[in-house]
Amino acid sequence: MHPALSIILFTTLSGMGYGLLFWLGLMVPLWWLPIGAYTGLAGLAVALLFVTAGLSCSSAHLGHPERAWRAFTQWRSSWLSREGVASLLTYVPALGYGYLWFTGGDDRLWSLAGYASAAGAVVTVVCTAMIYRSLKTVRRWHNGWVVPNYLALSGASGGTWIVAVMAIRNEISTPRTALAAAAVIAVAAALKVGYWRFIDQDRSGSTIASATGLGRLGQVRLLDPPHTEDNYLLKEMGFQIGRKHAQKLRRIALVAGFAAPIVLLIVTAVTTETAAAAAALAAALVMTVGVFVERWLFFAEAKHTVTLYYGASTA
Amino acid sequence: MTELPAPQAGGKKLGLVIDLDTCVGCHACAVNCKEWNTSGHSAPLPDFSAYQAEPSGVWFNRIHSFEVEDGGCGRTVHFPKNCLHCETPDCVTVCPTGASYKRAEDGIVLVDADLCIGCKLCSWACPYGAREFDDDAGVMKKCTLCIDKIYNQNLAEADRVPACVATCPASARHFGDLGDPHSAVSRLVAERGGYDLMPEMEYRPVSKYLPPRPGKTNGGGAGAPARLDHVQQGGENKFLRWVDRLLSR
Repeated sequence: MHPALSIILFTTLSGMGYGLLFWLGLMVPLWWLPIGAYTGLAGLAVALLFVTAGLSCSSAHLGHPERAWRAFTQWRSSWLSREGVASLLTYVPALGYGYLWFTGGDDRLWSLAGYASAAGAVVTVVCTAMIYRSLKTVRRWHNGWVVPNYLALSGASGGTWIVAVMAIRNEISTPRTALAAAAVIAVAAALKVGYWRFIDQDRSGSTIASATGLGRLGQVRLLDPPHTEDNYLLKEMGFQIGRKHAQKLRRIALVAGFAAPIVLLIVTAVTTETAAAAAALAAALVMTVGVFVERWLFFAEAKHTVTLYYGASTA
Repeated sequence: MTELPAPQAGGKKLGLVIDLDTCVGCHACAVNCKEWNTSGHSAPLPDFSAYQAEPSGVWFNRIHSFEVEDGGCGRTVHFPKNCLHCETPDCVTVCPTGASYKRAEDGIVLVDADLCIGCKLCSWACPYGAREFDDDAGVMKKCTLCIDKIYNQNLAEADRVPACVATCPASARHFGDLGDPHSAVSRLVAERGGYDLMPEMEYRPVSKYLPPRPGKTNGGGAGAPARLDHVQQGGENKFLRWVDRLLSR
């Protein structure tokens, strides 16, 4: 599948934002993340900035962005519509959470707004992942690894940003939060490696025989494609990445997306003040690059059944 | 509305039957479809760089050619492919705006170009590559089963068939109600063993494909051998052996 820049930016940025929103909305009211109001509000601002930037990127993908409001109407059947509705609704408790935090409003209402924001973040990321997971046409997306991976990467990348904000604000609980964030990244890494192993081994899926129905006569191969030049189908779904290329990019994603941030978060935990802030910010930025590469691969390594009509024997 | 319509009593299931045995791969159906859709429901279909390098455009009908190893002999099968107007297609349900819809009365799957936001998700959901994005108009387009032709009161009754069906010189394309077991197309499917493409997707395509008939191997009763045997090296005819040696040097 063609890795469209607008979609990759959308899922990575909004994923980071929702991950950050999740930790802020859940952990702070539970007293598992004792941070001051200004730190919290800074984190919230960063989260909503990422989410909004991501959503704006997604509209750049559209042929008619001025009609994008129509995308909220078919939530009964469409995961894309559900994601739109969830993303919009999540702004409500998130902004309420921020407002009550800023004004020092009712504690219980503030907590509820936090939990609702966290829930909204989870629901939105699940809806995003389900858009891909529900597509029967792409075997490498149509499996049980995709939703957990989206959630874990959202939480892991959002986690690095909460640590960065805390370290810059010199919060006391930065070291143990940094180590917790490192643990979350480790979980995400395990899920990612599991996914890659699954797609490398998976042999189920459609074949050129079932796509043409000619398997009953014998071996089938493409003799002549229907056109000599590219068309929309080949440009959008014919994208192929060589195995060696993919392996190299997987290694880059593992290093930048998982190994380096874990190391930098450990550095954050054992240092203080400026050094910790620098290490934490570096961890967040490196993780962002890593998640971007991972998402690019998620698209590039996906095979669509339409390729069966253009020379592929399995998809 | 992108929920699938409830099955209607007396509703039709309009579709095509493609005969892979008689298709000669002339692409006339693709050309006629393209011509018909320069006006009407989906007009116009774009062509970028039509006479220069790297032309690209939207076609609803694409003709592939496959080679099948048919009992040891290679066999060419020409394979026209367009929207199969499936019964339970995900291309309808994934649409976030309701632009992609299936008509309850005849089962035709269409795109409402006024509602489409061009997110392209429906084309990802189509296993058969039936939908192509119009970069010029910014909306998705697909085979309409010539809905602007089959119900067109300005045309003679006999002309109210899809453009691709009307133009096929090999009579490889048939149009009708596949929901009616007594219709000509349904009987054709039953006789010839018409099948679905990628049935494992569970989209339940309405249009069916008729498999190529078994090839003739008896020389049509003319006494010709099924296979040409190699010239026997130690054959009786000395002259022919000498010619063979001469030519083999």
